[in-house]
Amino acid sequence: MTQRASAEGPPRDAGPPVGGGAQSALRGASILLEASGIAKRFGGVQALTDVSFTIRHGEIYGLIGPNGAGKTTLFNVLTGIYETDDGQFMFDGEPLDHLKPNEVAARGIARTFQNIRLFANLSALENVMIGRHVRTHAGVFGAITRNARTRAEERAIAARGFELLEYVGVAERAHDLARHLPYGFQRRLEIARALATEPKLLALDEPAAGMNATETAALSKLLHDIRRDGTTILLIEHDMKLVMGVCDRVLVLDYGRKIAEGPAADVRANPAVIDAYLGGDIALDLKGA
Amino acid sequence: MTALLNLNRRRDPRLAWAGLAVMAIALLVLPFALAGIGTAWVRITNLAILYCFLALGLNIVVGFAGLLDLGYIAFYAVGAYVYALLASPHFNVHLPFWVILPIGAAFACLFGVLLGTPTLKLRGDYLAIVTLGFGEIIRIFLNNLSQPVNITNGAQGVYMIDPFRIGSFSFAKPEVIAGLSFSGPVKYYYILLAFLVASIVINLRLQDSRIGRAWEAIREDEVAARAMGINTRNMKLLAFAMGASFGGIAGGMFSAIQGFISPESFILVESIMVLSMVVLGGMGNVFGVVLGALLLSYIPEVLRYTVGPVQRAMFGRTLIDPEVIRMLLFGFALVLMMLFRPAGIWPSALRKRELESKAA
Repeated sequence: MTQRASAEGPPRDAGPPVGGGAQSALRGASILLEASGIAKRFGGVQALTDVSFTIRHGEIYGLIGPNGAGKTTLFNVLTGIYETDDGQFMFDGEPLDHLKPNEVAARGIARTFQNIRLFANLSALENVMIGRHVRTHAGVFGAITRNARTRAEERAIAARGFELLEYVGVAERAHDLARHLPYGFQRRLEIARALATEPKLLALDEPAAGMNATETAALSKLLHDIRRDGTTILLIEHDMKLVMGVCDRVLVLDYGRKIAEGPAADVRANPAVIDAYLGGDIALDLKGA
Repeated sequence: MTALLNLNRRRDPRLAWAGLAVMAIALLVLPFALAGIGTAWVRITNLAILYCFLALGLNIVVGFAGLLDLGYIAFYAVGAYVYALLASPHFNVHLPFWVILPIGAAFACLFGVLLGTPTLKLRGDYLAIVTLGFGEIIRIFLNNLSQPVNITNGAQGVYMIDPFRIGSFSFAKPEVIAGLSFSGPVKYYYILLAFLVASIVINLRLQDSRIGRAWEAIREDEVAARAMGINTRNMKLLAFAMGASFGGIAGGMFSAIQGFISPESFILVESIMVLSMVVLGGMGNVFGVVLGALLLSYIPEVLRYTVGPVQRAMFGRTLIDPEVIRMLLFGFALVLMMLFRPAGIWPSALRKRELESKAA
């Protein structure tokens, strides 16, 4: 783990500001995440059925589908909040079986939440600093003695936190409580907090929900920047303009099943997708018209 | 960037140091001033400091990590009994205090983990109920572990517990050093003060550290904390263990100062009292907690000495038993404080406001 060393040393001056490693881009089209036959049931409700897909290094992968299609459930089984009933995730060459959410984060998957879950009563900077937890090491002894190593690590954590706030454009409000930030800032702060864990895969659950056109445009640019700097993105989103604008490939879920996968433009033209979004009859009417 | 990391440092360091020096001198002279009023007040102050220490321990669990613990006094009891059994004629063991206090802390820490492990998935009300039960279990055990083998001496308690002693220097005996006469309680005052200062430093440093931030993250949103890679299980156990260790040390000191302990000293009301200190002072704010502990320790004592005389001065005789009216006024004061300062007298949000004004 090259990133691990950087956590203790001074912040990296050169190179991309976001973790994940530029080397992943060099690996080109190699596979980062492979899901095979994922299934999840809640009582009598089959939330996910036999969902398989692959995400390549350095891509922005969209996950769309009507409300209740199972998108967030897929996020939750991927990040260890739920256990899968069937199927397996292979992440970076190793299976993600029976891992707790914190272990998944340590392996390099960071996420945001559909209904923002920031640490509301802590400052923006503290929120991002908490994201550094998983890549830093100071324990109780270090905290109480404040030895040189701990102090250096604390400085690095704060410096990196500030860098990330600048990266997402929230630096000017670094010392405000998270709950006092405007909505768009909160969304971006959540992304900064996730990036602080140095993910290989950044999973965003409807980051543009509730944003206006300007904010969405800024978000789109941020996503491009994050990908450019070497982090692969998995994106759940309802804003089709954003999805079509940033995603390389898209997976469409409906009633917990995969109904289409492929380049964004192809998926948009897929009759099954139009069907799922608009309802069968309407789609037929539209075609007839 | 370094300024960001020293959130608690005042703007002018010289002023802060001068303030600290004045406070230190005042605290060093305090017991002699109190002894002038009456030795009882030195004892009351000692107990108040002990409660500060105890409240700071609970603050780690409740204030930092947000785990509502209603059985905290159990760890105090464990520490007190470990000290009592290892330094009294009961087993005829007389170990020095610097050996027993760490043992007591370790024992309490073990009990903290014992309580923490089964309650990891509980939060709020549910956790409160389980911890409350745990506190009672410990007390009832202490009450009944007198047979078949007499370990705790049951409800009679353990007596003739050794005071702190270093060689021939005993903390219980009065002594004249450099022309000043130090009574037993005055000597204890200084050692308690040293412990309190250490615990304040530990609390402050823990709060402003990687561990402290992880606790705060758990308090704010456990799901998000886990998603950010925080091992919530270990962090919660750590909070329980650290809080319990503080309780264990406080218990040991209590044993030594009192010279006698029984299960009576560790009833539920004591747990609630310590929790009130934390909540009333301002959960999560170290100085708020100290303030809360001092207020709740002193107010009942001040009332004890004033309620009777005031009544006699006003009506010529004692109308209501001071003991009754004392607790009535105390409860009334608590209700008023919670009505007007629900976040505590000195809430930790002050720190946040300070942060915000700095950023502006």
